[in-house]
Amino acid sequence: MENYIVFLPLLGAFIAGLFGRFIGDRGAQVVTTGLLLVSAFLSILVFKDVALDGNSRSTDLFTWINSGDFILSWALNIDTLTAVMLIVVTVVSSMVHLYSVGYMSEDKSISRFFSYLSLFTFFMLMLVTSSNLVQMFFGWEGVGLASYLLIGFWYEKQSACAAAMKAFLVNRVADIGFALGIMGVYVLFGTVDFAAIFPQAEALSTAQITFLNFEGHALTIICLLLFIGAMGKSAQLGLHTWLPDAMEGPTPVSALIHAATMVTAGVFMLCRFSPVFEYAPFALEVVTYVGAATAFFAATIGLTQFDIKRVIAYSTCSQLGYMFFAIGVSAYGGAIFHLMTHAFFKALLFLGAGSVIHAMHHEQDMRKMGGIWKMIPATYLLMWVGSIALAGLPPFAGFFSKDLILEAAYAAHSTQGTFAFWAGTAAAFMTAFYSWRLLIMTFHGNPRADEHTMKGVHESPMTMMIPLLVLAFGAVFAGWLGYSYFVGDMRAEFWGEAIFVLEANDTVEAAHHVPTWVKLVPLIAAISGIVLAYVFYMFAPGLPAAFVRLVKPVHTFVYNKWMFDELYDFLFVQPARKLGRFLWKSGDGAVIDAYGPDGISALTRRLAGRASRLQSGYVYHYAFAMLIGVVALITWYIVTNAGV
Amino acid sequence: MQDHLLSIVTFAPLFGALAIILLVRSENEEAVAKNSRWVALWVSGVTFLVSLFLWTGFEQGTADFQFVEQVEWMPSLGLTYHMGVDGISVLFVLLSTLLTPICIISSWGAVKKRVKEYMIAFLILETMMIGMFCALDIVVFYVFFEGVLIPMFLIIGIWGGERRVYAAFKLFLYTLAGSVLMLVAILAMYFESGTANIVELLAYSFPVEMQKWLWVAFFASFAVKVPMWPVHTWLPDAHVEAPTAGSVILAGVLLKMGAYGFLRFSMPMMPDASLYFSPLVYALSIVAVIYTSLVALAQEDMKKLIAYSSVAHMGYVTIGIFAANQQGVEGAIYQMLSHGVVSAALFLCVGVVYDRLHTREINRYGGVVEKMPNYALVFMVFMLASVGLPGTGGFVGEFLVLVGAFKANTWVAALAATGMVLGAAYMLWLYRKVVFGKLEKDDLKSLLDLDLREKAIFLPLLLITLWMGIYPPSFLNIMSASVSNLVNNYEAAITASNAAPMFAQVFGQ
Repeated sequence: MENYIVFLPLLGAFIAGLFGRFIGDRGAQVVTTGLLLVSAFLSILVFKDVALDGNSRSTDLFTWINSGDFILSWALNIDTLTAVMLIVVTVVSSMVHLYSVGYMSEDKSISRFFSYLSLFTFFMLMLVTSSNLVQMFFGWEGVGLASYLLIGFWYEKQSACAAAMKAFLVNRVADIGFALGIMGVYVLFGTVDFAAIFPQAEALSTAQITFLNFEGHALTIICLLLFIGAMGKSAQLGLHTWLPDAMEGPTPVSALIHAATMVTAGVFMLCRFSPVFEYAPFALEVVTYVGAATAFFAATIGLTQFDIKRVIAYSTCSQLGYMFFAIGVSAYGGAIFHLMTHAFFKALLFLGAGSVIHAMHHEQDMRKMGGIWKMIPATYLLMWVGSIALAGLPPFAGFFSKDLILEAAYAAHSTQGTFAFWAGTAAAFMTAFYSWRLLIMTFHGNPRADEHTMKGVHESPMTMMIPLLVLAFGAVFAGWLGYSYFVGDMRAEFWGEAIFVLEANDTVEAAHHVPTWVKLVPLIAAISGIVLAYVFYMFAPGLPAAFVRLVKPVHTFVYNKWMFDELYDFLFVQPARKLGRFLWKSGDGAVIDAYGPDGISALTRRLAGRASRLQSGYVYHYAFAMLIGVVALITWYIVTNAGV
Repeated sequence: MQDHLLSIVTFAPLFGALAIILLVRSENEEAVAKNSRWVALWVSGVTFLVSLFLWTGFEQGTADFQFVEQVEWMPSLGLTYHMGVDGISVLFVLLSTLLTPICIISSWGAVKKRVKEYMIAFLILETMMIGMFCALDIVVFYVFFEGVLIPMFLIIGIWGGERRVYAAFKLFLYTLAGSVLMLVAILAMYFESGTANIVELLAYSFPVEMQKWLWVAFFASFAVKVPMWPVHTWLPDAHVEAPTAGSVILAGVLLKMGAYGFLRFSMPMMPDASLYFSPLVYALSIVAVIYTSLVALAQEDMKKLIAYSSVAHMGYVTIGIFAANQQGVEGAIYQMLSHGVVSAALFLCVGVVYDRLHTREINRYGGVVEKMPNYALVFMVFMLASVGLPGTGGFVGEFLVLVGAFKANTWVAALAATGMVLGAAYMLWLYRKVVFGKLEKDDLKSLLDLDLREKAIFLPLLLITLWMGIYPPSFLNIMSASVSNLVNNYEAAITASNAAPMFAQVFGQ
């Protein structure tokens, strides 16, 4: 069954991509969306079988690479962790497919778009079903490719092309870490198969390896290398710069790839590696700090942006930070729980934003919106649902997962855990603030768009509204439906062997016994954020401007995204080009050629003068003469030296 | 036929060339051109089909030479015409026989002057290449090894671009300098061991001090052919000036000769010296990967960019070979094979638009996808294979090389891995500038998409690239036994002599 789940989307991508011209746009939509709906349905069956009935399994398809003892296969490996991801990926993806039928209806390359979407889904499914690191890397790079293609979907736009390249390259930087991590695993464990790695982790927990003249704890080094890979895909602080730019892609893409699924690949990878990370406490500490810092940092930027999609993008970045510090404090179940709830409400928010953008004639700047809530009430309502879930108000999905993560961080009783708790709480406050800032700026107040646009504001078609409703269902109910399985009483049974936590690190258990104020603080933070947003944007509209004037330098710094792009451009991009030019002109030209072949230029020129006569004679005369010459020369050498 | 299969495959193209010389005569130039083309295509096509028997008949799991033929040549000197293939060389023979017909089809309309001579040159070139990979006598090897240069030199010098003569002589000078030293080394080996038989030489152990001299002499020749930094500057010029098919065969097969030489001679015959000089090779290779990738970033000419990328990719190959473990060496061979297919295809991609617009300047293009969607797709696949995306042939070789390097020295692996980013940077940039963007330039608006002939060229290369990415055992199984034999002998030799690399204290592990 899992074969169908994984390969049906590939089939769809093939048909839509190669035969789109023959089956037409409608045909491509029907084929890809239909196949994905089948795939999603099968995923639910598999989820029941694997996660609820406990039938984990792994199927080898065929050998992929066999070089010496570096042996691995294409395989489909299904356990609870995978089953959860299968549901998230196929359900969100099929909803996004359906939504795109309406959203992209006026585009000129519809079949190409659907082909890419399905291709992405295939790679993502290969990633989550991998049974070894190299297949995971295949899916990993594959989703990167699909992301590149979809960000650059509107290739006429320079900014889209640039953003696509940036996404691919930043991810590749991180992939160096991932690749080296895989090699480290192979050298240490002698295999890259998960089933063979994890049982050895405990025995190797004291092993040392030398990496770059630095001898250290083997598992820590390996985990940190893998973590670098995860940081790229999941847009963690320092390697996050591609994610906001990725919003150049069509909005359904942002919802599917850059919010719900692909960016969570890093989280998935670290959870998959929980049996190894558990023995690398320093690596976990680093993960916690990076995650917490990202949660905080991205939220600050979210406060200041005006592009509706960018606000949500930074919000994604921030929420991914939560998932990472959850992993850092060994609350893997919490991280996956938040991954799932987040997939639903963030996809909902993005698609809702898409619905707004669709209504506003492709306007994305919130300063040019306002006053439209009565015109598109359904979208308005659904955006509310998404925002409440994101802010973490009970009983919506985000409340369960986010609170658990914060409690687990507190319950870790470590420096990094406490840091994460407070950074996360501050981020929760900011999250609520920017979410309501977004709602109010977009839907309330005086209309700031021109009359023509305002006249055209309309509710989206059914193909767009149905997916929103499905996702809204998830955003409302996924939390309390999943709670006891993911992080509650039934979690041990539910996860089985998919996730491993050392007894001493079981913060999910400890999270249930934290003081009441710890449970209340995030909630209070969120509510204050909402209230403050109302004060700023509804009741006293002059305040934001006044406040910005007050903290001008800070605001500029944050508004410009902490200057990361400028810094990287200055440090890497410009120097690489200049260095390349320099090496070419000076290295190759002025040094190597000048002292090498051109140094004998007199000779060359003389020869060249003669050579030009080549064109007038019979070519093969010369060729034959030279061949004879070579043979004669050698023969002469050998014969004359044979006796020596 | 089995007994003489190698000779048939090797010399069939030569006979084809003779046939063209003798039989294709006419006053009508058009008719001559047409007949030459068809003869060349038939001969090379049949040669390819016959060479498939090498694939099907090749016995896996043994490191011995197969399809061996041996005939006395100069008995007084102990020289024989001695041919045979093992798991290392057989795939290169197939690569050569595959690319030659593709080259001939690709020059169908593009080459208009002296078609007859052009086809003759290509067929002779094919014989030389195949002979080089099959030779089991070191003198026979040398003849073929140098012989390859002649038709290549003519192809660039006669059918090349504006600065063809400069490029041809640059190529000639570079390679000549190296080959003279190699000849001396071959003679020295002959006098030391008393045999020119490669099979016997492989079993002979040369004194350690002598190994170093021999190694350096061979290195001088092979490094130019690879090409390694800093003797690479002939390659961009040669590629830019060569006709499309010339670039294809140059990148596809000729660049592999140097690395093949390392595998056939340097590693097994001079193991101590190979270990001793391995830091030097690593250093030059890493410089090649980083330096030429950066240079590629600054290029304005499509062919030059791909030429520089070849130098970077071959840097991986030399790293893998001198890592001297199963993954490294297999990765290196794999990288060579996939680079042979992929870079050949990339040059063909350049040729497609060059044939239409007669410029290779990157800035003259943009938005090509609008008019040429099929071309954009094909170019995309090969671009990604060059970048080393998993699922394409480019990944397997690159990754195995890095695994091998990681085992040998983590610094080498980490520094070489930067190529993953740099390689992606210049290829994506090229693709973006040529294929993406707005279609604004007037002459681009009338571009036609791939025609049937072009599709016929690309389809096999495309399928092979994906095949190499998805099911590598087809290829790895063939090379496995020979490579493990090579690696084991190498390790036994250096353990026995207790050899160490140069600057061992400085570099560490």
